Amino acid sequence: MPESPTFAQPDANALLLPFAGSRREIAEYEANGGYDSLRKSLGMTSEQLVDEMIASNLRGRGGAGFPAGRKASFLAPGVERYLVINGDESEPGTFKDREIILRNPHMLIEGIIIYLWMIRGAAAYIYIRGEYAKEAAILEGAIAQAREKGYIGSPLPGTDYVANVYVHRGAGAYICGEETALLSSLNGDRGQPTAKPPFPAVSGAFKKPTLLNNVETVATVPVIVGMGGAAYAGVGTEQSTGTKMFSLSGHVKNPGNYEMPLSATYRDLIEGKGGGLPEGRTLKAFVPGGSSMPILMPNQLDTGLAFEAVVAAGSMAGSGAVIVVDDRTCMVRFALRTAEFYMHESCGKCTPCREGTRWITELLRKQEAGLGTLEEIDLLLEICNRVEGNCLCVLGDACAMPVRSHINNFRHEFEEHCRLGHCPCPDDAPMSELYPPLLKAPLPMVSA
Amino acid sequence: MSDTLYDEIQREIAKYPDRRSAILPALRHAQEHYGWLSPEALEAVADGLDLSPARCLAVASFYDMFFLQPVGEHVVEVCTNLSCALIGADHLLREFERELDVKAPGTSADGKITLRCVECMGGCGWGPVVSVDEEYEEHFQIEDVAPLLERLRSTSRPSESHA
Repeated sequence: MPESPTFAQPDANALLLPFAGSRREIAEYEANGGYDSLRKSLGMTSEQLVDEMIASNLRGRGGAGFPAGRKASFLAPGVERYLVINGDESEPGTFKDREIILRNPHMLIEGIIIYLWMIRGAAAYIYIRGEYAKEAAILEGAIAQAREKGYIGSPLPGTDYVANVYVHRGAGAYICGEETALLSSLNGDRGQPTAKPPFPAVSGAFKKPTLLNNVETVATVPVIVGMGGAAYAGVGTEQSTGTKMFSLSGHVKNPGNYEMPLSATYRDLIEGKGGGLPEGRTLKAFVPGGSSMPILMPNQLDTGLAFEAVVAAGSMAGSGAVIVVDDRTCMVRFALRTAEFYMHESCGKCTPCREGTRWITELLRKQEAGLGTLEEIDLLLEICNRVEGNCLCVLGDACAMPVRSHINNFRHEFEEHCRLGHCPCPDDAPMSELYPPLLKAPLPMVSA
Repeated sequence: MSDTLYDEIQREIAKYPDRRSAILPALRHAQEHYGWLSPEALEAVADGLDLSPARCLAVASFYDMFFLQPVGEHVVEVCTNLSCALIGADHLLREFERELDVKAPGTSADGKITLRCVECMGGCGWGPVVSVDEEYEEHFQIEDVAPLLERLRSTSRPSESHA
């Protein structure tokens, strides 16, 4: 087995991970300018720090792309306020936060302390997905080192403010990446989303005002404080500033995480960094931002990586997870595997999502087995429409949007399955063993 | 209830302004002690947190990483989500099933190894990903299956893994 994991070489424009390998030791991090931004921020007021974030125009890196500075400005006043870091990275195809933690954990810790200082927070909790056991241990180690240096647990130099940072491990639930579900989970309940309002900025962790940001967003804070918000805004595009991590996987020669300026394109990522597809294969489609996003087609390779560019192309940039799909792949199988995931991860709270993801999966399983009908292809689209926009959170949408795009772009493949009565793909097509004949019987029907 | 588990739970409670927030770490410690979340284990968590066992079960049953039934000494999890599936996770899963003579999810007849498929584990570019007792094995190939199982059959699970 090759050494695991294998990190990509840094891009010339990289800001977050501009070095090869990892810098887990605080001495190494500090020797390269680490914690300088924290010292700089201690000379700034809360308002100045928020203004710097607003000037940077940094958009949240968790998936929604909401401006981070504005989010910080919404935080309700109060003596007890919390910072929560969303490290529940589970959108299929996404593994960028993991690489940040593996290679540069102190950058995240420094960002957390700066943000804590900015909001004079009572404490920060890093909610990291339960499966990331090694990464949680690395963060615990980084926190212990920062504590020894006096950045955590004792008054910050020249202030009477004490930063407290804790690691909180999840236990395996995709939905806990959704902010209100994450807070339910942190508060000791089942990880189910709640209605907004109240927004986390008013009532979040422990029912107190809470600022909640993704790992990559907070790891970018030291960069912005260091170079200044305006300078950061000069990288990327006007509406999507800076660099961002992209997780490249699937049928590509060099999969991995690549930090790219947001002015680059999917072609730069897939063909430039990823080396294109393996020999003899051609591009069939690509997922632009995690499996919940509508797929894009080969003629959309020149779409920009910027949030607004992906929206203009009919999809969303999401978490930055790019999954490359080659010409041998059965798109009905691809749609089924996508839908099964969201069915499994639906928390069951809202009826359209709980029932809809199951019906979509049921009908796709029939389609994949060649037992479906042409009418059911339209029925699938109708169910997608009925799920989307009708739930407390977007998990249902995350199933409906991609499946609709699979059908709309590859309807002929669905029709061929119906006509032939079986999947037309050869035995060695990708994912062929996931659905062997024995398992091809449809799920037991749920009564309407 | 063993003193150590009770103490571990109290140490977790100290990290939060509300003890209820310590339920996930408390359940994790209990699972490490008992091997799975048996009624006895849930009782111990409830005692440690001063909550009802029913509430502990309600929370535990929401999460994939908590075992509400006994599992083998080792747990092997194969990611079959899109990125891994596209590069052969399905063949890997079938190979595990053949070698263990069990369908996922299931435990080998000797009670030694539990096999199950899991959703995306966040190793998509380094796949296929297999998790063995909560440690990732990446770039996992079919020829790695037999040696891994041989190693697992001859070892016991380390008692405290990542606490």
